[in-house]
Amino acid sequence: MMDQVLIAIVLLISIYMLGSSRLGGLVNAVAWQGLFLCLLAASVQKTNMPWHEWVLILLAIVVKALILPLLLKRALRETLVQREVEPQLGYSLSLFIGLLLLVGSIWTVWKLPLPPEIGNPMAVAIALFTLMVGLLLIVARTKAITQTIGYLTMENGIYVLGLTLAVGSPVVIEMGILLDVFVGVLVMGIMIFNINREFDHINTRHFTALKD
Amino acid sequence: MTILILLPLLSYLVSAFLLLISKKKSSSSGLIALAGSLIAALCGIFPVVHVLGGQGSLDFMSVWNLPLGSFHLHMDLLSAWFCIPVLFISVLAVCYGIGYMSHYKTQYSVKYNWFFLQLLSGGMYFVLLAWDGILFLMAWEIMSFAAWFLVMFDHKKKEVRRAGWVYLAATHLGTAFLFAMFIIASNESGSFDFNHMAGLSASVNILFILALIGFGSKAGLFGLHVWLPEAHPAAPSHVSGLMSGVMIKAGIYGLIRMVMFMDVWSPWWGWTLIAIGICSGLGGVLYAVVQHDLKQLLAYSSVENIGIICMGFGIGILGLSYGNPAGIIGIAGALLHVLNHSVFKTVLFLSAGSVAHATGTRNIDSMGGLARKMPVTSGIFVIASLSICGLPPFNGFVSEVMIYLSSYKSAIFNSSMNTDLMLAALAVISVLALIGGLAVMCFTKVFGVVFLGESRTDCCQGSEDPPPSMLWPMIILVFCCALLGFGGAGAVQMVIPVAQSVCSSAAYYGGELTAVSKLMGQISILMAAFILFCLLLWALRAYLQKNRTISQGPTWGCGYQHGTGRMQYTGSSYVEPLLYAFRTLFHSKYKAPGGRDILPEESYFSSHTPDLFMKFFYTPLFSFLASFFAKLRIIQNGRLNLYIFYIILTLGGILIWGTL
Repeated sequence: MMDQVLIAIVLLISIYMLGSSRLGGLVNAVAWQGLFLCLLAASVQKTNMPWHEWVLILLAIVVKALILPLLLKRALRETLVQREVEPQLGYSLSLFIGLLLLVGSIWTVWKLPLPPEIGNPMAVAIALFTLMVGLLLIVARTKAITQTIGYLTMENGIYVLGLTLAVGSPVVIEMGILLDVFVGVLVMGIMIFNINREFDHINTRHFTALKD
Repeated sequence: MTILILLPLLSYLVSAFLLLISKKKSSSSGLIALAGSLIAALCGIFPVVHVLGGQGSLDFMSVWNLPLGSFHLHMDLLSAWFCIPVLFISVLAVCYGIGYMSHYKTQYSVKYNWFFLQLLSGGMYFVLLAWDGILFLMAWEIMSFAAWFLVMFDHKKKEVRRAGWVYLAATHLGTAFLFAMFIIASNESGSFDFNHMAGLSASVNILFILALIGFGSKAGLFGLHVWLPEAHPAAPSHVSGLMSGVMIKAGIYGLIRMVMFMDVWSPWWGWTLIAIGICSGLGGVLYAVVQHDLKQLLAYSSVENIGIICMGFGIGILGLSYGNPAGIIGIAGALLHVLNHSVFKTVLFLSAGSVAHATGTRNIDSMGGLARKMPVTSGIFVIASLSICGLPPFNGFVSEVMIYLSSYKSAIFNSSMNTDLMLAALAVISVLALIGGLAVMCFTKVFGVVFLGESRTDCCQGSEDPPPSMLWPMIILVFCCALLGFGGAGAVQMVIPVAQSVCSSAAYYGGELTAVSKLMGQISILMAAFILFCLLLWALRAYLQKNRTISQGPTWGCGYQHGTGRMQYTGSSYVEPLLYAFRTLFHSKYKAPGGRDILPEESYFSSHTPDLFMKFFYTPLFSFLASFFAKLRIIQNGRLNLYIFYIILTLGGILIWGTL
């Protein structure tokens, strides 16, 4: 029961992210999404989790729901960008594609031969969907900060996918994922700040001048 | 003894490394290279003599393994045979190059030329010894890339850069086929190690085709030859000598090595080799005759000689696959021609380099009268030309006669009266004769126009023989031409075990070759008698002239008062009848504007013969490919979003594909 509520919440957050143009709202959304996905990951585990996994999930919550969003908020403040003005794909079209992706992920998970330890296959589907939404955000938006958020969303999906699928996976791998996300977002935050200072905007459309 | 096969490799590598860390303007870089190749040659003699002496092959297996394959070196009779030119000619090329490179010193840092030259020599030696598919490919690439850097040495010239790219494309395409070949072969044998590869039977036909294209592009078979006339003129002369004389033989080596792995030889391989050999031989020599550029002419002549080698192998394989013992003579002749060609072609390139260096041009029609200014070079060139035309008493004669003999015996003493074999043999004989005649025409043209007569332009004014450090390598090589010619019997004796090792099924055919060796001995005696006779005639002439005064004057110019050097017969006019006879093949372009009025105007005439394959096949093909692949550039539009979209598409595709 608990996990179904969590799944619904995560789903709504993801859909909100596809339809929102406000960057501040997106950062909040990604923070909440991280929190609920971590809770989801904890709740779908059948067996009693050893204590170190609890610690890991707690750590993930701290990083995903607190530190990284704060970093992004700071970047937003520094760059004075509030809205995604001219996205690559419109918001309604993004929503529509998002729905297709949802159907696709559920269909994929339904077809996939999952290990029997998985409590709720829907959790896997939602993780996959989050991953796809992250990728879609990267593709469909032009502001560097939105793309960072997309990256973070994607990493959220990967994290939960890994945690639900790889039952009893080694701690090192999970730590690795966490570190990866942390460093990635840190670097992106700094990059965004520097790009903004250098070019007065963070629109990635102008990067095409770099091609050969 | 086993460790000795490593020493040349080590010597090339160490000298290359020393060259790399030496000072840019260092004048001793050439000497380091010379020392490196000299030590390599001295160390290499022992294993080569050991193996050729019939004391068994040498094998070195390193304790460490490569991720794929193993570091396995092996010198058997065939490798040892091909090692002779590599070790020997690299020393002479370096020695010549020291003098030759001196005029590049102000423009380039010469040490890189030496560095890559050492890599090239080491790479060729490595190719011959590699006993593992992966190791072979590595060595092959080292060799090919070193040669590319050497071709590109004079990179400030546009045509040199073009030549470099043509060569690079050719060698890459060839290597792609070799990759496919080794992968298929290892699939069948279960290992990349050559020990396990022997006895291939299931995929031999496809392997033969792949080997023919892959190795043929390096060897310069006609159709795959387009890089030779580009790269050889572009490279410094000692490099083109080494490349044309030795490196292209690596292609022949690879082809034979691959054929040796195959269990049963099909007759159609022989047919294919003969057909390709005929095309190469005829095409090469025809294009050689009509060239104006001295080094381009020599490059086409290499194509011709590779064709002759191919015909030898073809008639050999065909004969042996039909069970005709005369086939082994063809194989032995081809092997001997490999050695002989590497000797005389190197000397031709070196002397062409001296001529080009002295006159500052490679255009034959602007030279003339060099025999008096460069007597030693012209003497060297005469002997090398005689050798390459296959005229007695020099070495080209010995190997070509063996191919003739093999075909003759296949056609006449053919116990089973096999008409196929007879036909092929007759074709080889007639084409070989035609090639020989055209080669004579080609080299009489070069010698007559370049060395005889009067200078046609001012470029020959200050020309003189190169310094001794450049002359001696050529003299040594010319001496080898004579030695291998007069000692033809010994050369045949030397090649007998090698030829037997190539065709393992025909070990008992050695008697055929012993008979050939005897014949060569008799020919040598005849040739010696002929030379003696000529010397006697010359002595008689000297005796008769002793008490007479000899005066020299200008040639009678038919009463015309203002004759100049430019009014002489040119190379273009010499070959004009041939151009006319083969006009459908050549597509030559003539230009002769004006000069048809009552009062003569200024006029000129020029002819140019483009390479048909380059013009009608490769250039259209590559321009089509370029325009086709330019369309793919839409994919690369610089938008990060789109790039990530491609990733999603791929991921989604994989997911769906995996799910279905």
